[in-house]
Amino acid sequence: MPKLLRADQMKKCIGCYSCMLACARTLQHDFSPRKAAIQIRSVGGLQSRLVVDICRGCTDPPCALVCNCNALTPRRGGGVRFYKDRCIGCEKCVEACIVGAIRFDEDNKQPIICIQCGTCVKYCPHEVLSMHEV
Amino acid sequence: MTRTSSIRILDINLTDKKFQVKEREDLAPFLGGTGLATKLYAEYVAYDKPPLAQEQPIIITCGPLSAIFPMATKAVATFRSPLTGEWGESHAGMRIAFAMRFAGFRAIIIHGRAERPVYLSIGPNRVDFKDGTPLWGMPTDETGRILRQISPGQGFRSCLRIGPAGENLVAFANVNVDTYRHFGRLGLGAVFGSKQLKAAVIYGGNSEPIPDPKQYREVYDTIYHLAVNTDIMEKYHGLGTSGNIAALSALGALPTENLQKNTFEGSQAISGEAFARDTLVRKVACTGCPVGCIHIGVRRKLFAEGHEYESTYIAYDYEPIYALGTMLGISTQEQIFDLIDYVEQSGMDVMSTGVLLAWLTEAYQKNIVTKEALGIEPAFNNVDNYMKIMDNIVSQPNELYRLLARGTNQAAQKLGGLDYALTLGNHEMAGYHTGYGNLVGLALGPRHSHLDNSGYSFDQKALRNNLSREQVVREIIAEEKWRNVLNSLCVCLFAREVYTRENICAALACVRINMTGEGLEKLGDEVFRLKNQIRLQLGYNPGNLNFANRFFETPAMGQELDREILADMINMYRSQAGI
Repeated sequence: MPKLLRADQMKKCIGCYSCMLACARTLQHDFSPRKAAIQIRSVGGLQSRLVVDICRGCTDPPCALVCNCNALTPRRGGGVRFYKDRCIGCEKCVEACIVGAIRFDEDNKQPIICIQCGTCVKYCPHEVLSMHEV
Repeated sequence: MTRTSSIRILDINLTDKKFQVKEREDLAPFLGGTGLATKLYAEYVAYDKPPLAQEQPIIITCGPLSAIFPMATKAVATFRSPLTGEWGESHAGMRIAFAMRFAGFRAIIIHGRAERPVYLSIGPNRVDFKDGTPLWGMPTDETGRILRQISPGQGFRSCLRIGPAGENLVAFANVNVDTYRHFGRLGLGAVFGSKQLKAAVIYGGNSEPIPDPKQYREVYDTIYHLAVNTDIMEKYHGLGTSGNIAALSALGALPTENLQKNTFEGSQAISGEAFARDTLVRKVACTGCPVGCIHIGVRRKLFAEGHEYESTYIAYDYEPIYALGTMLGISTQEQIFDLIDYVEQSGMDVMSTGVLLAWLTEAYQKNIVTKEALGIEPAFNNVDNYMKIMDNIVSQPNELYRLLARGTNQAAQKLGGLDYALTLGNHEMAGYHTGYGNLVGLALGPRHSHLDNSGYSFDQKALRNNLSREQVVREIIAEEKWRNVLNSLCVCLFAREVYTRENICAALACVRINMTGEGLEKLGDEVFRLKNQIRLQLGYNPGNLNFANRFFETPAMGQELDREILADMINMYRSQAGI
């Protein structure tokens, strides 16, 4: 069964960025969490709450819909598959994702796409993140 | 991008609003953190100028493992302390080391003095000198809120700022880092204030390819596992440091009411257990730390009839509860939160403030200071009056308050009351009265901080394992040297059991730094030596240390201390350390 990333326990988040570091090192081979497909941030500073921008696993993903070069295709169960070699870096997917889960990597001129692999979940020390069967 | 073969430094001159970026291969052996900040300090310090002279540098460093390994979260600042006139060093967590790494700087040096209030905005590709005039006079939280609103790099930035205490050059003013952590203790806030530097926002957006992803993942996993899946870090995440309140009170080592006592009758209501039960609302972590030791409590206050409440979220730890709680005879969490909040917003060091207020209370009881000069009567367990006194320390309306703003030692030197002025190396004591190891460690350590060498822990170890005094001194020095290594890497000292020699060398190999356990030891020795050499040049005299009688009057863990024994141990330290 395919699984999708969920962050439904954000109230437990301590803001350690372990998930972001894990995503960046595993998928982008980069130390910088700027490269991660999951982004934790505070709204209103650390006195307020932490929020997360993640791929919501749309079953009819708008990012894939606008991708005319077929670099993004719908994934069974939700979300997308990303074929890097087909991507021409047009950034349309970035605009199409209204929940802000896709950012553009200026270094390699490609979007940073969550592939629902669950690596971030393995490094969450506070059970904030989980993979759900769909 | 961080290069491993050289150290990238940002050198900022506030006077002429210029900066330079330098690559220094010769500094690579110092790694970062305290080693690098010490070496750079030796280059930049003006030995012949006072601490707040514009020539004096502020040096802030991170380390080679910063942000990319669990709990490598600290940054180190060196400066000349306006509190002691001597070595100034302070460490802070939260997001500063992370932001510095991905901004691409291992060290940031700030010198000169701005013509008018400024704040610095520092990123990977630009440094801006921004007008800070509208921020001047603001408390730390509002300053942070505005800076977040107008600065780039959300989620990847760190915001350092001072409060009114730093602006008014209170000698123990601190620098607030990202709301919940600080460059505390020796007065870096006043150095910022003297340069008309209200704040610095550092934002990092660089990428940094991993040289060997497989090797990195293996080492990261080893360290992450130790942090998360073993009980090594549990005491810091669970109750947190405030667990020490009950423990030290039971041992008779908890400084209470200006150390007139060593246990606190009201400790049950303000213990870590009590805070966790009554007011703890969440925990947060420094960026890159899966532990999350920062305990946030809520202060809920009725401000008007009709169930009108306001709530403030305030971080608590052992040291603030000791300094503003037991030292001042205060036994409710609400009152401690109110005092902590004031100290946070004005930007003062919590320990120095508490010890100063405790000394002032006793000095007032002994008629050394008068109500006429103070305007307010300090009394143990009287929060309202302490709040008014703190207000005056920050604003300094008369000569007495100007003197108090220079710290406990300066005040007692001038007014009297040295017998119960609880400073060690002219620095207000930390919250331990455990015995000789504590006094030796605090008096001789470079920061006069319990974190220099954890002398207090060797008192407890000595009791358990029957250590001789020679062994205690030897262990204190060894610990101090080793902490110079950990602090050059900028790993949190709470993680010292995780970062063994083996794990450190493996982690450094991931960023292409070849280091052996022996190499680390040599670095610790070298930093220890260099720091002491600088300290002596700054006027530190280990042959002329003063110890208040109070340390010998109030038993430490059931034992009455003897001046001659202490003097012997200090001589042992000096002879082993070569100072």
